[in-house]
This record gives sequence, structure tokens and C-alpha cells, in this order.
Amino acid sequence: MALRTPLFSEHERLGARIVPFGGWDMPLHYGSQIEEHHAVRRAAGMFDVSHMRPVDIEGPDALPFLRRLLANDAAKLTAPGKALYACMLNPQGGVIDDLILYFRGPERYRAVVNAGTADKDIAWMQAQAEGRQLNIQSRDDLAMIAVQGPDARARVEPLLPDGLRASAMQAGPFFAAEDAHWFVGRTGYTGEDGFEIMVPSADAAALWRSLVAADVRPCGLGARDTLRLEAGMNLYGQDMDETVGPLDAGLGWTIAREPQERDFIGREALTARRDHPDRRDFVGLLLTGRGVLRPHQSVLADGRVVGEVTSGGFSPTLERSIAFARVEPGTPAECAVDIRGKPVSARIVKPPFVRQGRICIDL
Amino acid sequence: MSDVPADLRYTKSHEWIRDNADGTVTVGITDHAQEALGDIVFVEIPDQGREVDAEEACAVVESVKAASDIYSPLAGEVIESNALLNDSPEAINNSPYDEGWIFRLAPNDMAALSGLLDAAAYQQVVEDET
Repeated sequence: MALRTPLFSEHERLGARIVPFGGWDMPLHYGSQIEEHHAVRRAAGMFDVSHMRPVDIEGPDALPFLRRLLANDAAKLTAPGKALYACMLNPQGGVIDDLILYFRGPERYRAVVNAGTADKDIAWMQAQAEGRQLNIQSRDDLAMIAVQGPDARARVEPLLPDGLRASAMQAGPFFAAEDAHWFVGRTGYTGEDGFEIMVPSADAAALWRSLVAADVRPCGLGARDTLRLEAGMNLYGQDMDETVGPLDAGLGWTIAREPQERDFIGREALTARRDHPDRRDFVGLLLTGRGVLRPHQSVLADGRVVGEVTSGGFSPTLERSIAFARVEPGTPAECAVDIRGKPVSARIVKPPFVRQGRICIDL
Repeated sequence: MSDVPADLRYTKSHEWIRDNADGTVTVGITDHAQEALGDIVFVEIPDQGREVDAEEACAVVESVKAASDIYSPLAGEVIESNALLNDSPEAINNSPYDEGWIFRLAPNDMAALSGLLDAAAYQQVVEDET
């Protein structure tokens, strides 16, 4: 029996097509995935992301623990509310999960991890916390709604509790504000401005309905995937996993190498991987021929296979197919992808493809 | 409830077949199929003159979600493909039985048409799936 979020009956009422995802029954779309995508780029859309798991990490050892646990450095978080994107690595340098870490105050942090990996993540965190003074609490009691798009913040503003409104609206990009019950992060997974709002499960349906009434369009996992792909954001399990580490997944920028004495899990393996002959480049692909790029298609150059598509699909903003791929270093920009046995021309480009409603690559 | 016109024939793989009464049939995918696929973003149509077997994959419909093979319901020769789909693949979503047709076929054996599902039998296929 798949899990259901506190908003499941709202999705059903809105006629969503429900699909299994990470152990949950989630909305894929509510009619047209492409229209939902455009709503986020042009106005405001919202996603039920209650399947994702907030995990509170609190105590005197919270910071040293996080500096050991994550490849990015939690010590960068000095201003209350500030958020950090980080990978949690295994000793082999593979990615156990990617997460957003929020700094709530001295000795108080909140991580938000992926749905399908949450239980594994928490078990790993607990094991690493052995002997340290800290508490790890899975916040299954919270629901989360991501409201994204150029109009997102303006439409959310009147719906925020009076005591939280001013601080939430003043929060800069990648900062959060909170009161005793609600937590509002100016974060997201679409390349647009917006909020990710965590609320007690009992408040979720009322907030969702107020957002519908405020003309925020419900969007499913389908649009979430094409938006994050256009925005150049990785998907765990597809672009990286326990066997494919950050250096092979375009996530080198999330590894804090300084200070060198910080001994985070996976550090040694990453150092060895940097100059390893098997290391691959992680690139964006724009399909210049006809078709649709999909995960696991082969990338071709000089008549041989030089890599593989990890995430791919149709970009509604570009009206072209785009992808991420892992390719041999030195692959020429003009290459091809094997689509059903035929080479179709493609070009290597630097993601993001789209940010803040603007196309960022040459078509 | 999806639309299943009474005057068409159908396959279990969700193609519809219209008898043009001139020795040719037109083939497309059903309203149920387009709805299940979601927004259609690319269609690979068969070349004119191609000889196809019954149940041979001869076109591909790609939605935002996945690629799906389209099978020829009968053996015969492809005499025309819907070029509109090159630029407007969404015609299949908007008008699956009319503007969204995929190809026209001259079957080797027109009598085989009566061996395909009628509307009631296809309706049952859809109901059994859901």
C-alpha cells in the first residue's frame, strides 16, 4: 500500500492522474503537464512535496556532525535562516542523497531529503551520530507545498500568518523564515522564485485550497521534472546515486574542499576520483535533430559510444528536447544520440537551459 | 469517460481504424490512449510506400512521459502519413479521431478489417484496464 500525503484527497478532487513515486501515490499532472510547466515559468504554480522528508538535527554536536556528514560545509551557514545544498556521501564517494540544509539558529538545523531515500538517509545519519550529543528527528508530521513562479511570493504573501509575513517576505533567495508552526524557505526546484512552505499536516489542505483560490495552479511531478531539467538541477537516482559521485554528476561545485583539515565522509575517495581516467564530464545536451532525449540513450561521437543520457525530455520553454548526459572528457560539442537505433544530431551546452523565465542557451 | 466512436474499428493496443470505403483505411490512436500518454510532443510517422505487416510497429508517439510504438492493425502499404503531426503533434491530444490521424493504409486484405474489435469490444478493453 503506497503512502499518501495529507493533500491526497485534494489531488483526487482536482482530477489528478496519480502515479507511484518513491513509495508514495503522487499527482503526475492535473490535465496538461505542459500547461502546468508554463504556469510556473509565467505566473505561479504549486507542488505537493509532502513526500519529501524534513529531518531536524539539533544539539551541541550538530555542527561538527554535519561537517563530517556532508560534502558541502555546514560552517558556511552563519546567518540564521540560510540554506545550503549538499550531498551526503558514502566512504566510496557515492551519493547517499542530496539535500537542502537550513540553519535555524545555533545548534539547530533542518535537512530536507528525498522521499524514496528518507528512511535510508535517517538510518545513515543515526549511525554517524553514534557517541555525539545531538538529536535527529524525522518530521513526518509536516506537510510541504512548493509555490514557484514569478508571481509566487506575491500570491503567498496574504496567506501567511501575520507574525511570519514580514520576515518571510524579507527573506532573501536561499533563506528561510519561521514561526512556531510554519517554516517558509525561499528555495525550490524549478529555477523560478518562490517558497517551499512546511506546515503541520492538519494545516495543509486549508493552505492548498487558499492557494488554489489565489490562482496558483496545481502542478504535478511531470512538470516538476521538466522544470528542474530546464533549470539544470540534478535528480537523485537518475543523475547521481550511490555508485556515481558528485564529480561525475556536475556537482563539483557543492564540494567544499577548504578548509583542507575538514574530514568529511567521502573526501579521500573524491580526491582519488578527480584525476581518475574513468571520470566523466556531466554536460547539457540540446537535440538539434528530431525526437525526444530519454534516460539511458547512448551519446555518439566519431562513430562510437562516448556516453549516456541520464535525464532527458521535452523542454516546453524551448520547444526542443534537452538532456543531461555523462560523456568522456573531450567529447566534441557537435555529437549525436542513438534514438531507436538511429543517430540524431545533438549539441553539448552548458546548463541551465532556462532560469527565471529566460532561455540561457543558444538554440 | 473517453470517447469511443461507434463507426470505427479498434485494436487492443489502442489504435482506431476508419474504413474510407475506397480500399483504404485511416489509423490513429484512441482518445483513451492519448489521455493515458499525456501531452504528445513528437510523432515519428511512417514513410509513404512502406509495406507493413499486421501488428508491426510503424510509428512512434512520444509524450512528455514516454515513447510508445504504434502498430499497424493490418498488413498493407502506407499510402499517406499525416504531415501536420511533424509541427503539431498535440493534434493527437486535441483531436485524436480527426486532425490527429497518423497514417492511411491500403490493406492487402480488406476483409481482415472485420476481424478487428468493434466499439463495444474496445470499450470493454478500456474498462478492463482501469
